[in-house]
Amino acid sequence: MRKLALSDEILLSVEKPARYIGGEINMAVKNPADVDIRFCMCFPDVYEIGMSHLGIQIIYDMLNLRDDIYCERVYSPWTDLDAVLRRENIPLFALESQQPVKDFDFLGITLQYEMCYTNILQVLDLSGITLDAADRKEDEPFVIGGGPCAYNPEPVADFFDMFYIGEGETVYYELMDRYKEWKASGKDRKEFLKIAAKLPGIYVPQFYQPVYNEDGTLAEFKALVPEAPAKVVKQVECCLSETYYPEKPLVPYIKVTQDRVVLEIQRGCIRGCRFCQAGMLYRPIRPRSLSFLKRRAKEMLKSTGHEEITLSSLSSSDYKDLKELVYWLIDEFKGQGINISLPSLRIDEFALDVMSKVQDVRKSSLTFAPEAGTQRLRNVINKGLTEEDILNGAMKAFQGGWNRVKLYFMLGLPGETYNDIEGIAVLSDQIARQYYTIPKDERNGRVNIVTSTSIFVPKPFTPFQWSPMDTKEQARQKRDFLLSKVREQLNAKSIKYNCHDADVSELEGVFARGDRKLCNVIRQAYKSGCIYDAWTEYFQPDKWEQAFKDNNASMEFYLRRERAEDELFPWDFIDIGVTKKFLLDEYHNSKAETVTPNCRRQCSGCGAAKFQCGVCVENKNVTVPLDLGNQTVCATQ
Amino acid sequence: MKARIKFTKAGSMRFIGHLDVMRYFQKAMRRAEINVSYSQGFSPHQLMSFTSPLGIGLSSDAEYLDITLEETDTPNVMADRINAVMNDEIRIKGFTYLKDSAKPSMAALAACDYIIAVKPGKSSPLLEEAFTKEKTYNFMLQDKIEVLKKTKKSEKLIDIKQGIYNMAGSLEDFEEMAAVKFAGNGELCLDKECKAVLCCRLASGSVVNIKPGLVLEEFCRFAGVSYDETVYQVHRLEMYAETGGGFVPMMEYDAVQL
Repeated sequence: MRKLALSDEILLSVEKPARYIGGEINMAVKNPADVDIRFCMCFPDVYEIGMSHLGIQIIYDMLNLRDDIYCERVYSPWTDLDAVLRRENIPLFALESQQPVKDFDFLGITLQYEMCYTNILQVLDLSGITLDAADRKEDEPFVIGGGPCAYNPEPVADFFDMFYIGEGETVYYELMDRYKEWKASGKDRKEFLKIAAKLPGIYVPQFYQPVYNEDGTLAEFKALVPEAPAKVVKQVECCLSETYYPEKPLVPYIKVTQDRVVLEIQRGCIRGCRFCQAGMLYRPIRPRSLSFLKRRAKEMLKSTGHEEITLSSLSSSDYKDLKELVYWLIDEFKGQGINISLPSLRIDEFALDVMSKVQDVRKSSLTFAPEAGTQRLRNVINKGLTEEDILNGAMKAFQGGWNRVKLYFMLGLPGETYNDIEGIAVLSDQIARQYYTIPKDERNGRVNIVTSTSIFVPKPFTPFQWSPMDTKEQARQKRDFLLSKVREQLNAKSIKYNCHDADVSELEGVFARGDRKLCNVIRQAYKSGCIYDAWTEYFQPDKWEQAFKDNNASMEFYLRRERAEDELFPWDFIDIGVTKKFLLDEYHNSKAETVTPNCRRQCSGCGAAKFQCGVCVENKNVTVPLDLGNQTVCATQ
Repeated sequence: MKARIKFTKAGSMRFIGHLDVMRYFQKAMRRAEINVSYSQGFSPHQLMSFTSPLGIGLSSDAEYLDITLEETDTPNVMADRINAVMNDEIRIKGFTYLKDSAKPSMAALAACDYIIAVKPGKSSPLLEEAFTKEKTYNFMLQDKIEVLKKTKKSEKLIDIKQGIYNMAGSLEDFEEMAAVKFAGNGELCLDKECKAVLCCRLASGSVVNIKPGLVLEEFCRFAGVSYDETVYQVHRLEMYAETGGGFVPMMEYDAVQL
């Protein structure tokens, strides 16, 4: 019988005790005494969210392939257990061995969104690990961060020994090898940090010092030791069909957010939407081969017993063999009662055919993400979707029996006017009007349109990294204006309008483009009781306000300035391949409302070609435009 | 073909709730590549039903589920195939095919046997065997055992005496009284460090359903012992259907011999 870290009494007193017992199907089982390196992987949010993350499953599988490493997991304890652990002084433990995280060699924390920053401190604190990396003692674990927010690690730089900038498949084994050598050498902690700093993609914050101008902007980012490179280059896995990908993913006992097999069909995106950070960070696009995907789909469904498989990518329609893959999945698995879900698919005849085969038309809805209400503003953000695409797609779907449409937009995009906002209401209405052109006896009841807006947050490494963000008041005004415009539409009764909370978005905006000065703010907010900031019911804006005030930090500084084109950014020491010059050109293009073609249509020389893989080396000789229904792609073989 | 599966639930699996156990089995059947029958419609689901949900925290040697299959093999082979994809704390203990006319076990359930034990590191006056035996005897001599049943809307006194078929201060006494024989203490999947203090057979099912915790609480009150639910581990020993000849273990009810 497995020995659990928590007593029956505690487990029976908290909500969902299964969050803390581990023992899931396909869990790695090793004797901690038999390995050289104990690595604890952390997602700093609740179990159900963390267990749904593909990246951790990949690295967990990859590290556990090695006999000398035992990779385990930990998630943020929910607030109920958090209180118990503090009251009873129980150290936070890893799920596999149920042993304290403090005894591990590494604690790896993935940074998927800014609003989890206080949860990082929660995990460190409950584990009994010193919060500030520079003060950590020799026997404490090395805390390493990764994931999308690691591309601007400065707001949490104090709390990490190192960050890894890049995709997990490439450098972790080497880091582990260096660690074993260092451990055997008996040298001190700092020595290992120096060794690590020399590895590609590794950033050790305590070896750098930011120097600020009087106005608070960055004057210089100084490397303090010779081992610390001036630029940290993002690491890219070039051969996605020949690398680590779990055959036996973990199967949780409780229902988690992503309770299905996730098949990542490609990484990166060709589209170049100017608001999208992932679209720039993960360039170039690299597809996995069809044979690899078919093999993994079979293995993972067999080893997990999941009843659903989903394809994951930033834009599935850009995967060249999508048709073949999807029809193969349907033929192979549909008869076995397995559901197939296809997010991020452009609505065309193929998509509708597939959806009619895999979903119940009466219950499912169509999703479009026009992001902006007018063609002008869609050109500003380089969103290729046209009004015609949307209306034609919707019409085909209506004829196929669908009557529910979800629309996603952003408010506060750079260059937005009230005319563009009204455009959101108008477009929603036009879709409804389209529906009512169908003769009444052929319609499936009333049309149901759900229009949602989120608040645009400018992110590092995007063409909008120079742009100011709206204030809460502006966001509220725009929301109220849009609501009034929705109500004026002919089909107002068929349109439901939802919007996102402005308070949380502001803080997200501050951290996204923040600097190292914010570490003190985050530390104080945590100490005053902030955790789970991403959860509206736990978000405490007054405590955050106080923390900013006490540390002489102004949210205005991070949010409202239109940054100068020659400003040195806190994240400029990171080289993601895509150059700052390209981003600036794109910033100018957005102001000129000029569209930039996608990577397959024409290379725009963004800089990602230096990685020599994916779309950058695809089809160097032939580009024959092929017409595939709604979408035009270039033949690549 | 309909089949019935008997399984254990112990250790950390005590903290997995009933709905999650159902999901666990659906996935396990797929991992074992057992050809289960599905319902019709756009979102087909496996034809599977559980006899009686086990509360969170309880362990069991005898949980049951009924399932409809498109394929058959010998019961041992089927049990082995499923066990090969299970964790260590939910194990298949039996597999039998059912008559076509078999009622769902959920509807046939009439009684359950429980063993109540003191958890490791905990103490209770009930560990004093002579005391507990005497109190049990007297407890069962009462004409009525009235307890206050609280629902969301109201509170009312109900008599649970008729629903307590047997009760004894040791497993041996209970076996003699109820004319059953369980595997020795070491064979049960109850945590070995738990010390058994009471055994009982309680009415279960859709008509009368007596929960062991309720009986234990009332017994403690009767015996003048303070009741602390965190002290005790409740463990299900068996489930029964009722026939003209008495209680029949669920595994034998409506079963066919191949």
